[in-house]
Amino acid sequence: MADSTLPAGGALDLPSAGEAHPEGERSGGWLETLHSWVTTVDHKRLGLMYIGYGVFFLLIGGLEAMIIRIQLLRPQNNFVSPEVFNRMFTMHGTTMVFLVGMTLIIGFANYLVPLMIGARDMAFPRLNAFSFWMTALGGLLLYYSFIGGVGLQGAGSAPDFTWWAYAPLTEKAFSRGHTADYWALALIVSGFGTVGAAINIIATTASMRCKGMTLLRMPLLVWLNLVVAGMILIVITPLTAAQIMLLIDRYLGGHFFDSQAGGAPLLWFHFFWIFGHPEVYVLVLPAFAIANEVIPVFSRKAIFGYPAMVAASVGIGVISLGVWAHHMFTVGMTSAGNAFFVLSTGLVGVPTGIKIFNWLATMWGGKIRFATPMLFCTAFIIQFLFAGLTGIMLSIAPWNWQLHGSYFVVAHFHYVLVGAIVFCIFAGFYYWYPKMTGKMLDEHLGKLHFWLFVIGFHLTFDTMHIPGLLGMPRWIYTYEADRGWNTYNMVVGIGGFIQAIAILIFAYNLVHSYFRGADAGPDPWDAWTLEWATASPPPAYNFAVEPVVASRRPLWDLKHPEDTDSRYE
Amino acid sequence: MEQNFLHRCRIRRAAYRWMLVFATAQAALGQPVQRIVDQTPTIFDPHSTPGNLIYSLSMFVLEITGAIFLVVGGLWLYVVVRFRQHPSDDTSEPPQVYGSTQIELAWTVIPILLIVVLFLTTARILFAIQDAPMPRGTLNVDAVGHQYWWEFRYPEYGFVTANELHIPVSSSKAPNTTHLNLLSADVTHSFWVPALFGKIDLVPNKENSMWFDPDRTGVYVGQCAQFCGTAHAKMLLRVYVETPEDFAAWVKSEQQSAVQDPAVVAGRQVFESQSCVSCHTIRGTAAKGVFGPDLTHMMSRDTIASGAALNTPAELKSWIRDPQIAKPGCLMPAMQLSEPQIDQLVAYLTTLK
Amino acid sequence: MSAVPIPIAQLPADDDWPRPDRGTVAMFSLIVAESAIFLIFVIAYVYYIGRSLSGPTPRQVLDVPVFNTVCLLSSSFTIWLAERAIRKRAMGAFTAWWALTVALGAIFLAGTGIEWHKLIYQDGLTISTNLFGTTFYSLVGLHASHVIAGILMLSLVLIFALTGKLKPEHGHRVEVLALYWHFVDAVWVVVFTVVYLIGR
Repeated sequence: MADSTLPAGGALDLPSAGEAHPEGERSGGWLETLHSWVTTVDHKRLGLMYIGYGVFFLLIGGLEAMIIRIQLLRPQNNFVSPEVFNRMFTMHGTTMVFLVGMTLIIGFANYLVPLMIGARDMAFPRLNAFSFWMTALGGLLLYYSFIGGVGLQGAGSAPDFTWWAYAPLTEKAFSRGHTADYWALALIVSGFGTVGAAINIIATTASMRCKGMTLLRMPLLVWLNLVVAGMILIVITPLTAAQIMLLIDRYLGGHFFDSQAGGAPLLWFHFFWIFGHPEVYVLVLPAFAIANEVIPVFSRKAIFGYPAMVAASVGIGVISLGVWAHHMFTVGMTSAGNAFFVLSTGLVGVPTGIKIFNWLATMWGGKIRFATPMLFCTAFIIQFLFAGLTGIMLSIAPWNWQLHGSYFVVAHFHYVLVGAIVFCIFAGFYYWYPKMTGKMLDEHLGKLHFWLFVIGFHLTFDTMHIPGLLGMPRWIYTYEADRGWNTYNMVVGIGGFIQAIAILIFAYNLVHSYFRGADAGPDPWDAWTLEWATASPPPAYNFAVEPVVASRRPLWDLKHPEDTDSRYE
Repeated sequence: MEQNFLHRCRIRRAAYRWMLVFATAQAALGQPVQRIVDQTPTIFDPHSTPGNLIYSLSMFVLEITGAIFLVVGGLWLYVVVRFRQHPSDDTSEPPQVYGSTQIELAWTVIPILLIVVLFLTTARILFAIQDAPMPRGTLNVDAVGHQYWWEFRYPEYGFVTANELHIPVSSSKAPNTTHLNLLSADVTHSFWVPALFGKIDLVPNKENSMWFDPDRTGVYVGQCAQFCGTAHAKMLLRVYVETPEDFAAWVKSEQQSAVQDPAVVAGRQVFESQSCVSCHTIRGTAAKGVFGPDLTHMMSRDTIASGAALNTPAELKSWIRDPQIAKPGCLMPAMQLSEPQIDQLVAYLTTLK
Repeated sequence: MSAVPIPIAQLPADDDWPRPDRGTVAMFSLIVAESAIFLIFVIAYVYYIGRSLSGPTPRQVLDVPVFNTVCLLSSSFTIWLAERAIRKRAMGAFTAWWALTVALGAIFLAGTGIEWHKLIYQDGLTISTNLFGTTFYSLVGLHASHVIAGILMLSLVLIFALTGKLKPEHGHRVEVLALYWHFVDAVWVVVFTVVYLIGR
């Protein structure tokens, strides 16, 4: 697109897309290709493997969601047994958070962070490979529970105690077999992988930036992933610690959460939510990161208030460490304790609000091109606003006593996880797929995917708030016919199917465009960050010559030498 | 202040009734017979002081958040419509704006002010509910969560019952407050009757509490709101709010030992010779188990299996034959009784009025 | 070959572009993550002080391990001397100080082993006895497992040093490893305070 307008002074001969992966090209057979992928330490290949792994489990987790919704279509339905239903929602939650959300965001970070800061790889390529394979092993372990969960005493299969795994339900007395063991071990293992990836991202951003890439010139995506990596260090590890305690209880006869011996289940609640709440921001900040790249490019304007966006991200990271007990308003804290968490939770809304305003201000006065990535980001803004406001409602402790544990909460956090995070991740797919494969994703299929998904999403999750207000708790495999929840559940289920169709179209698009897509060229979106300054897909070494930058938008400077960013920063 | 709040809440309540009306109509269409109460447990129809306080607070918050949504959402709509690229546009880039400290300050300070307002309002209601002193004559009930049923102990009256909580109605002439001590016998549960209060968890090794003073007689439904195991969905909850006279009569009857009807002695023998007695109590007999519901006056209850089935002889029979059908995962095993034994047993149980 | 333009801002490419060392950054990150794990175990320990339903209590069975503590803390000092030696390219001194560090760490571990043997066989306190046993063995054991990991890595370096494979230019990597060892020592200060001073 814009290549022809680039000044010739910056042009360099680079291998074309086809020659970029010499290993893949010259491979004699699939075995050699497989070997090159399994043994790779290239951040781009590892990033793609993370992403592929995430998409695979997205389909699995989606299937579990469909089973849940079919069961709840009608009251007193018998599509699956209660045991299976309980496994489904536990696995759905665990899968979507740990195997889909975490892997997709780490995958994107892995692929993009080195490219965006002009580095040739991550700081520790082999640690990177190790982290990926740990994460992959964690996912396998979790799903192996379907086969291996039956312990000596029988009574077990996949985990069936909700993804909160509230002790003492996970203790030996209430959870026989190896159900809880697989759950804890799988997440400890994948947690090691996640922490390894986080350490790598921090070291990369700290030590691998190209010349001129000062901290305040880093793309916001890199900034947000840096904040997230920092958070991962201190929020995944408490969960690991708590799971070690759980395993000590289960295997060595410890009493950490054993109420019979004076142990306090309450401690598990705290440990879990010290992990669990910041985890939401660990997932949502990288989604913001994608929006931070897509919205300016498609509005044709620089991001509004870059320093404020950086400060807000760091602010969210810090404040989110002090809000965990807003998930625990119903466990019987003192009124002062409750009041504190009302306040801290409200405050975390302030930097979040700043972000929304800055995105709108970025679009303001722009020339917005509604290509598929921008469609997803536009919907994301309004949906995230809505999710934030229901979040405010939930933070009002007395009201939370009504809303907590009901379908209102389920609707709220799906609004965040799907309406914000998944929408942004889709935007990221449409935006960077050309860079990753050298082919454009099909726009027609993309728009179809978008509109179907929007319709399905709103049918499902707007409606889902209502049964919560009408007293329907979450985690129930069936419900009484006289409670007035029937129609709502039917609509929610139908919306779920529409979303499933949209996802299948997306998956088809990924495959179809790989073979049939239009050639992307190095810079199809006329964008401004460094990853667009190299071939698509980039060669193994990313940049033939290490770039030097003078502003936040090096390619803008190059394309507009008369009006460079560096004059304003 | 609180009065003011309650007043406003009454005015507004009508506006939010549509949801309830729709749900109730639907419930009536869906299930015309069988049930004693056709009722949607909604948070928009509170019937106690804490319930009303929560409701009025929620309306206040809903108005603020709704206003924010309209303003910011309107802005979003304007931006999306007004600034889209038109085919007629030239290819030039729009003017680049990098930010504005004043604007950033404005949209930092305004949300902070809103948060402060919300926090202060919330704190007031929070303290009013949580730290309210219990008046003299408060009825104390221990609510103990079990996998998957509710035990209700009335320590002041010396009896225990299950799954259906009876309490007196409160009126301005005769105020009656009920205070629940929430305990757990095994895992974490959560007590949730939306019309009376929000939910509070029953956490092992922890004592929680909740109070309400219902202003209307009737049956209020709810259910366990914290996942507690396989049969969590069938851990239903019913609260019977009665006139003080009815309540006193109910207490009197509950305090009695079980009826001994010689006509059903065979059934009683079945009960006492089986392991029924290791889990259930029937006061005045050898049955003194505590792992299952107290059956001394089980015929005074409308439902069995914590609401999973109606308390009719037919349901009772099928329940005893195999509890796992009505309530899969419940801890009561099928006792492998012969059909005549089941008939005798049900005949006995139906005398436990 | 197709020409793909790459932007290279025409800046005076001065060579001065200092960035932090990646090894140090990564080790500090690891230390932050590990600290969070220890923090959770410390919280559990403190929360359960005095909540055991049965004996034995810490006061009955715990002795303050002064010698052990002195050994571990002085190993931080000896490893610092080793770091200084390698910076001065004095490989002989480095090997000596490094070996002493490993020895001090091993003495600490042996001391913990003796303490646990006494607790288990004399006092009958195991990890399943009561809440004190559960939290004590978990917290002290978590620390001891870090000491073991540290000693393994230190020993590897020692072997390299003894076989002459370790060169002064590896000094930087050795310092990164020493950071970990300092962390293990610092954690002991916390564990010691919580378990033997506050909890006793």
